[in-house]
Amino acid sequence: MTDSALVVVRAGALTTVQDLGRAGHAHLGVPRSGALDEPAHRLANRLVGNPEDAATLETTLTGCAVRVRRATTAAVTGAPCPVTVDGRPAPWGAPIRLPAGAVLEAGAASHGVRGYLAFGGGIDADRVLGSRSTDVLSGLGPDPLAGGAVLRLGTPHGPAPCVDTAPGAGPVRELVLPLVLGPRDDWFTARALHTLGRGAYTVSPASNRIGLRVEGPALERAREGELPSEGMVLGALQVPPDGRPVLFLHDHPTTGGYPVIGVVPEHRLAAAAQAAPGTPLRFVPRPARSRAGR
Amino acid sequence: MEGAEGVNEANEVAQSGSFTVRGLPVGDHALLLEVGSDEAVEALHAELLRRVGTPALPAVREIVPAARTVLLDGLTDPARTAARLTEWHIPALTRDQGAAVEIPVRYDGPDLRDVAKLWGVTPDEVVRIHSGTEFRVAFCGFAPGFGYLTGLPDRYHVPRRATPRTRVPVGSLALAGPYTGVYPRSSPGGWQLIGTSNAVLWDAAREPAALFAPGTRVRFVPQEEPLTPGQGGAAAHAEGTPVTEGLPRQSARSAANEVAR
Repeated sequence: MTDSALVVVRAGALTTVQDLGRAGHAHLGVPRSGALDEPAHRLANRLVGNPEDAATLETTLTGCAVRVRRATTAAVTGAPCPVTVDGRPAPWGAPIRLPAGAVLEAGAASHGVRGYLAFGGGIDADRVLGSRSTDVLSGLGPDPLAGGAVLRLGTPHGPAPCVDTAPGAGPVRELVLPLVLGPRDDWFTARALHTLGRGAYTVSPASNRIGLRVEGPALERAREGELPSEGMVLGALQVPPDGRPVLFLHDHPTTGGYPVIGVVPEHRLAAAAQAAPGTPLRFVPRPARSRAGR
Repeated sequence: MEGAEGVNEANEVAQSGSFTVRGLPVGDHALLLEVGSDEAVEALHAELLRRVGTPALPAVREIVPAARTVLLDGLTDPARTAARLTEWHIPALTRDQGAAVEIPVRYDGPDLRDVAKLWGVTPDEVVRIHSGTEFRVAFCGFAPGFGYLTGLPDRYHVPRRATPRTRVPVGSLALAGPYTGVYPRSSPGGWQLIGTSNAVLWDAAREPAALFAPGTRVRFVPQEEPLTPGQGGAAAHAEGTPVTEGLPRQSARSAANEVAR
């Protein structure tokens, strides 16, 4: 077996392989998938000299631990957490040199949810439709990590990292998300729009890579009936019959039959993916740009 | 035809001889085009595919047809795209006369009798009518490889089951509303099950991975003998992993998804 591999020592609550996903197949029912906190994933890769589309490990709340068989460079970004190499403290958000046989551990997140572990050469899982990402909705891509599993590493490439450390974001007291109204905001009452902006929601522990679920008041419908299935975008805020909106993240279904009241711009989804359960949540509705200039 | 006012609700952005297209904004980088029928979706989708990559329809990441809409995602300027659409003439549909994909089916589903009752015919007649129909994949969704197939006349549309099944076996041929579908993997489901197929609808190692894509024409061919798993369909080249593989892991995965307990 190759030395260019790592062995999972502690898998954590849910650790998956992620890259930038497999866009372009939605018409076949294939979700985009990919790292939920894309800037953190890209940064981790830059810190170890990888191209930004190399695959990293995405952890969930509790981190993970892996043993590397050969010497390599690693970096941990995303949700801030204690980092150790063979039990000794190591920097978070900076390149770490790992000797052959060392165990790198990312501990529980001090705040935030998703951590990213990059290794020189990237995780070399088989590609499915051009991507190494695990898609938890469809089951495409590699399995989530399990203790004892062995993952191949690619060949390290590129120049040495030009960044030494990267600043981390502080804890978020309230998640505030802009919401571009439509396409089905007319299915809801004016009061429902007011409710979204009132800050009456918290992030639900039932959230996952498919969607951020919320706890709070139901949104009131202005019309009954069923919506014929229609295409769904990343960041869509879909409102199922119980009235509690679900914010679609990267593993969301590509079509759906519940009305979408608005869409959160993609650049704010990393913050949504890092909002821990219980975080207060408020939406700031605005019309679509194309409508605003009317 | 309406003027180029940008993407406004209920704004007609294009028309053909027989239908108009409404453009609805979806965030700042997508546009939902809505029409009145699945035939109109088919014509609009065909025209979008003809024009993608031309100045009429520049960079777009996804073109996703559905029941009454086509979603264009990944547009730099949806309002501009909508404005350009006003200049389009969408020609009437000319059906591709290529061969239909043939899916071998045993009409042995547990809901065949219920469907026969709903149709007011015998189970044998259901088989005759269903296998005598040419279907078309109107759109995909629900799972990779799952197609929503249209083709049955209105009088044969059936409701979903009152109580969904917790597990529908892989390969089940099923009806709901105007649609026929084949489950690409085992999952919970509320559709009426009328048969079983061994066609491999999705195989990530195959090119193309999906047997059904929007626009694919499909015929179901009744079989008397038991079907050999994973050998069926026009997927004569299907020899990849059976779609059932990894299902237990799927449920484990769903459980693991409930993060942050």
